Amino acid sequence: MQLSELHGHKQYADRAFRGIALGAAGLVLLILGLIAVKMTQRAWPAFGVPFLSSTRWSAPEGVFGALPFLWGTLYTAVIALVLAVPVSLGVALFITQVAPPWLKKPMVYLLDLLAVVPSVVFGLWGVLVLSRHFGLGRSFLTAGVILAVMIIPIITSLAREVIETTPVSDKEAALALGATRWEMICAAVLPHSKGGIVGAVMLGLGRAMGETIAAALVIGSALGQITPNPFASGNSMPAVIANEWGEADEPHKAALIALAVTLFVITIAVNLIATAIVQRSMKRSHGT
Amino acid sequence: MMTSVPLDPHDDLARGGALTGGLDLGAKPSWRTTKNALMIAVMAAAVALVAIPLVAVLWSVLAKGAGIAFHAFPDFFTSTIPVISRKAGPGVGPAIVGTALVTGGATLIAVPVGVLGAVYLHEYGGTTTFARLVRFMATVMTGVPSIVMGLFVYLIWTMSFGYSAFGGALALACLMLPVVIGSTEQMLRLVPAPLREAAYALGATRSRTILTIVLPAALPGIISGVLLAIARAAGETAPLMFAVGAATAYNPDLFHEANTALSLQIFGNATSAFPAAQDRAWGAALALVLITFIVTLIARVFTSRLALKR
Amino acid sequence: MVGTATSFAPKPPPSRGQLIALGPLDPRPAAQLHAMPVVFDCEDVEVYYGAFRAVRGVTLRIHEHQITAFIGPSGCGKTTMLRTLNRMHDVIPGARVAGRVSYHGIDLYAPEVSATEVRRRVGMVFQKPNPFPKSIYDNIAFGPRINGIHAKAELDAVVEKSLRSAALWDEVKDRLKHSALGLSGGQQQRLCIARTIAVEPEVVLMDEPCSALDPIATARIEELMRELKSRFTIVIVTHNMQQAARVSDRTAFFTTELDAKRDRRTGTLVEYDATSKIFSAPSDERTENYITGRFG
Repeated sequence: MQLSELHGHKQYADRAFRGIALGAAGLVLLILGLIAVKMTQRAWPAFGVPFLSSTRWSAPEGVFGALPFLWGTLYTAVIALVLAVPVSLGVALFITQVAPPWLKKPMVYLLDLLAVVPSVVFGLWGVLVLSRHFGLGRSFLTAGVILAVMIIPIITSLAREVIETTPVSDKEAALALGATRWEMICAAVLPHSKGGIVGAVMLGLGRAMGETIAAALVIGSALGQITPNPFASGNSMPAVIANEWGEADEPHKAALIALAVTLFVITIAVNLIATAIVQRSMKRSHGT
Repeated sequence: MMTSVPLDPHDDLARGGALTGGLDLGAKPSWRTTKNALMIAVMAAAVALVAIPLVAVLWSVLAKGAGIAFHAFPDFFTSTIPVISRKAGPGVGPAIVGTALVTGGATLIAVPVGVLGAVYLHEYGGTTTFARLVRFMATVMTGVPSIVMGLFVYLIWTMSFGYSAFGGALALACLMLPVVIGSTEQMLRLVPAPLREAAYALGATRSRTILTIVLPAALPGIISGVLLAIARAAGETAPLMFAVGAATAYNPDLFHEANTALSLQIFGNATSAFPAAQDRAWGAALALVLITFIVTLIARVFTSRLALKR
Repeated sequence: MVGTATSFAPKPPPSRGQLIALGPLDPRPAAQLHAMPVVFDCEDVEVYYGAFRAVRGVTLRIHEHQITAFIGPSGCGKTTMLRTLNRMHDVIPGARVAGRVSYHGIDLYAPEVSATEVRRRVGMVFQKPNPFPKSIYDNIAFGPRINGIHAKAELDAVVEKSLRSAALWDEVKDRLKHSALGLSGGQQQRLCIARTIAVEPEVVLMDEPCSALDPIATARIEELMRELKSRFTIVIVTHNMQQAARVSDRTAFFTTELDAKRDRRTGTLVEYDATSKIFSAPSDERTENYITGRFG
């Protein structure tokens, strides 16, 4: 036996493959980095104290205060959450605790269908049916309703996952003491799943804030309004970008990109916190 | 246990409860049971509440969309978009081609990169700092709003190369990439270690083991994940707005000239005041929803095949 | 602790020098066994998982065309030791092999030596049968294919030869294209053996190959081992002492030692000799206690 017989001949191809795979993985970092750099670069001229604090947004005058859009984004997201969270929770609890097995599957299918419908179609329905037919007009409320419908599948599926990690022994303990189904839920399921549900809600929040198209179609595109009146027309960050980009000149574009960067930062922050919360609650429950 | 005759509560009570010691085991209505029934009803109502918008939207799309789409079948799906939008008449042919080009292009970019990236993360990277960083960033990337991706592609592609389907494909690929990485890595995790060990023990290199044993074993799940990503990408509008343009004629060219897509058509026509344009929007919505549903259905078939194999 | 000794232990325990007959042992005298060429030469081998020393002080030689058995209670490091012979520890992050393992005089862990080349020559059969989720044919053909054999006629020949050698040919010759997962446990393990010998290795390592099988399947595999001895060198890890006594030429007995400082147990080699000697007149008291079932 010669040592040379044991040398590796296939090593170059093997290493090349590893290198390619490594490059592919690294592309994620590259893209994210590029996004951050390029967009901030372009948006730089528009950033400044007035950007985040002024309420006047007037393209012809070159004045760009983003506050009304921040408000719009936040407000519609809050309305969406207020509508979506109770419904999502109810559905999640129903599917996991109440529904008989033959009902579970079709329900999950239903939710999946809802998740797959593209947001444009929801927007279309919102603009031509909800706001026209039902006379809701284009307002914060209409946008909130559409957003709610869109984030319900997200919150529900994540909440379901967390709820199903409730230890069976906890539930049985409650039932064995003579608790009704609802009492068992309050005693065993909800305390255990609290953290995860909060995380799920926050993920829904992130999605609602970033949703462009549905909001753009129904929110009304009014400028300068910071009002808690849900029936008023308003605007949100993604909506204003979508609606005003077509005819924007350079400084206008920079301001719109600045909006995008702000949106980027906010949604990333919300998503990060949400993911951390969900992971922590899953870890805790699996450790028991 | 002791008696072979099932205990009839009526008999028992009639006999003065001699066997059960006089216990009454029937259900007793009370505030607690009412509350229980109430809350369950509330939960069921929530389910109904979810079904309503879904049914309403699908109904509208079906009714209004089918109206125009099949009124002039198959013209609707094949003829070009009227340039003057208030003109009545179909169709959305170019938009279908555009959607296909953009989604297809995005898949061709995102799938190899995503699968290879997931392979690195699971088979080579493990828990190294780099791998953990990439996983974390991939999760972050799934949360990037689609409009941000669209603007990003505008800055790096459209500004230099003009409108084209490729720009749209790039944007969609950026959206699909983290999803493909996540679901592929999940599938790779499910491939049992003994399978890899058997291949190593036969003298197979890492790369060969991955390519001939691990990936084929995880394939149904990977395909399912990819199909779901495609279904979502096909419906996206915002990323395309800044990259694709607004063509009205057929444009099968991926790289040159503006193009259009179903989602863009819907968006553009939805705000139009002309009924003809709105009708086209509904028709396009029908086409888009059909495509999305079919792709999702195929994905489900793969998932169930995966379950069967075990 | 270890379950097998109890199944063997008779009542009352035999006295020194008197053991219950364990079945046919290799008739070759011990001296002849020693004279056969050396395949592996292990000197003071130790295996670490991170900072934890799992095995220490292993010095032994594996000879050609013999069946060498590693026996001992669980946790004694016999499987760990087995895996050093085909560099399977490479795939475990944090695992480290110290000491010298030479294969025909070459240091197996030298940096120039490629693990995949080693594994082509030193094959392994695992405890739980692990066929690929492919057809029977493709399972066997996997090894030859990665070594460059692609011609259908050649592959067909290799597949048939391997399956015959593993005594599986007659049972599966009509369903070569069917999934390997449809075979019974015993058949799957024979398939894994066929798969391993299809690449014509020199050595076949077996890690408790019968522990997941019923007694009849076990008997068939033991018979197979005796037939394969003439073509390959076999090293087998087993927790079944009767099996070791039945099939092996030489036996190595491992045990665990308590490391008082860290409260961990490290495996170590106690005695290594011809099987006939180990089971009739072991030199070390610990070996005798294990063989006679005095400790579990």
